[in-house]
Amino acid sequence: MRLFIVLTVLIAVVFSVHTQAQEKKVDLGEVHGNFDLRGQFYNPDSAIGAPEVPEKFLFNGFANINYHKGNFYAGLRYESYQNVLLGFAPEYQGNGITNRFVQYNDGQLDITVGNFYEQFGNGQILRAYYEPSLGIDNSIDGARFKYNIHGIYLKAVIGQQRWYFEQSPGIVRGGDIEFQLNEILKDRMPKKTRVSFGFSAVSKYQEDNNVDLTLPENVLAYGGRMQVKYKKWMLRGEYTYKYNDPNADNGYIYKEGQMLQLTASYNRKGFGVTVSAHTLDNMFFRSDRNNSSQFQDMFINYIPALTKQHTYNLMATLYPYATQPRGEIAFQGDVIYKIKKGTALGGKYGTTVNVNYSYAANLDTTNLNDVDSIGQARQGYTSNLFKIGERANGSTDQYFGDFNIEISRKLNKTFKLRAVYQNLLYRRELLEGKPGVGNVYANVGVLDLLTKLNRKSSIRTELQGLFTNQDKGDWATFLVEYTYAPHWFVSVMDQWNYGNDIEDEQFHFPIASVGYIKEATRITLSYGRQREGIFCVGGVCRVVPASNGLTVSITSSF
Amino acid sequence: MIRLTFTLLLTVICFVANAQEDGWAIPHVSIQNIDFENFNTSEIDNDGKPIIISFWATWCSPCKRELNTIAEEYDEWIEETGVKLIAVSIDDSRNVDKVPTYVNGQAWDYEVYLDPNGEFKRAMNVNNVPHTFLLNGNKEVVWQHNSYSPGDEEELLELTRKVSNGEAIH
Repeated sequence: MRLFIVLTVLIAVVFSVHTQAQEKKVDLGEVHGNFDLRGQFYNPDSAIGAPEVPEKFLFNGFANINYHKGNFYAGLRYESYQNVLLGFAPEYQGNGITNRFVQYNDGQLDITVGNFYEQFGNGQILRAYYEPSLGIDNSIDGARFKYNIHGIYLKAVIGQQRWYFEQSPGIVRGGDIEFQLNEILKDRMPKKTRVSFGFSAVSKYQEDNNVDLTLPENVLAYGGRMQVKYKKWMLRGEYTYKYNDPNADNGYIYKEGQMLQLTASYNRKGFGVTVSAHTLDNMFFRSDRNNSSQFQDMFINYIPALTKQHTYNLMATLYPYATQPRGEIAFQGDVIYKIKKGTALGGKYGTTVNVNYSYAANLDTTNLNDVDSIGQARQGYTSNLFKIGERANGSTDQYFGDFNIEISRKLNKTFKLRAVYQNLLYRRELLEGKPGVGNVYANVGVLDLLTKLNRKSSIRTELQGLFTNQDKGDWATFLVEYTYAPHWFVSVMDQWNYGNDIEDEQFHFPIASVGYIKEATRITLSYGRQREGIFCVGGVCRVVPASNGLTVSITSSF
Repeated sequence: MIRLTFTLLLTVICFVANAQEDGWAIPHVSIQNIDFENFNTSEIDNDGKPIIISFWATWCSPCKRELNTIAEEYDEWIEETGVKLIAVSIDDSRNVDKVPTYVNGQAWDYEVYLDPNGEFKRAMNVNNVPHTFLLNGNKEVVWQHNSYSPGDEEELLELTRKVSNGEAIH
């Protein structure tokens, strides 16, 4: 009987707590967020060019707190740089709330005031985005209105972009409309056909306070896009035009900007092909015309490279390509094919083959020599968007080329093997800003073997080699990574510049890491030498300087 | 008496389990389906059965390793738990055109969405990929995990089984 009473009381308590919890949820909404803390102790290492850091220890950290109740959303972000890690813009200094917003969104009507991120079409004339690992946040602080009805999607934005702990001097205004014909016409559309198209316009205002030049205070850019899907075929295209926008990037010339991008693809189960091309001229578009920072400050638009994004470090960080907004023509083809399992070539589990080719070159341009009395060019040059430029010696003005093939195969329950080959051409004088330096031609090979020891533990080994007669010569990378699911990993890696012509500079870059993961929390410790290299996420890259020391990082979502 | 006590005890367990399993609702954000058309995350549904939302990218090796590993057993996962896996690509306009190519090339049976400007990624507080969420039958997040090591998929399957059976997962 006593047990019965205890249980009854227990039920009453549990029930009331449960009800309260539910009521609380209904009444108070949800709070979630994440944080990312990263600190590094630096050892000076003059051999590899790692500088002495006076603070010895540097730190970047941020936390996002988001609140959500029904159709109401609000959030803020706090950032702290004590002082900022090497490789990030020095303007990140101190602490503060760098993002805050309130939003009402019922799925049809969406209104935001405060900081927001947005993209029109491909981002050719507007993309505000957040990539903290690269130090990029060009959010717009202002107001955004979005509305959709029966397949017509409207967006309007106005505001100033974030510039570290300050704001851009220019104001960004923009609008976008998209029509999804299948949603508008429903059954009246032909079967297996999907069509949508859209238009966008962006204008920036910045006061003209230049004493020598008469500058346009309002600069308009506009564009149109369309996509058609028929059965397994897809065609997408976007064209944008930007009025003259003299700025620090283009040498204050009064030339218009243009960009055209086309993509065609064919996809069925086990096989896919994508072919893309873009051509562009003078597409620098920032909300401060006087800023030409290498850290992508206040860019309104976004033009990524049309090349494969590699993940193995010798391919990804030694000679990667970055788009040239000044002008380029680029092509890319990507094919993926899964050889069926149970066939002679496919093996027991099937084999995946991925082939990719990309090419980027300068446009054909003609200098106008139209320099005026104060030494300022007016138009600067004329260009042909559909012709590849030539160098003075008659060869094509190629910036980059990359052919690569990747084969992945599960051999049996224990082994998974991946082999990658790459051949690349890299225009070093342009991409590293070193006039007169010759191209790099390199062959790269990677073998990646995953060995599953038992249900929880596995070992992954990588062997990479980069072979070239230019720049610093040959490189090798060796990596061993042991993971014990679901919590632990340990890895040891060494990059070795064994082929450097200067024997004293045949450096090793060893680094060891250990990490602990619990659900959405991850703690990592690593110690060793970090080679100077280029670190990319999505379409943008950041130069990471050489360093030597201990890095601690903690990330968590809740 | 014993039967009554037993029934009451079960009720308590159910309540505690229920209270613990109270997850949180996913935010409603406009992203794109694999045909590059607007899609609102409020439409994510699996008829009261569990849902896995996995954030990935074509340039993320561990993400692809995780999704390719699950793909080999996905039929069995569905049969056993009724789960639906939703793969959200955070590839931006550099790589987004290659997402349908990759998904078809690997013959994935997942529901795939595109989040090229990170709208859903930010709303779900994802720091980096791979990041996996497990949702219960009420479409509430009851568990999340960052990164992937071979073998992690077994923990995910185990938890999905529990959610599918209405058990507490903690």
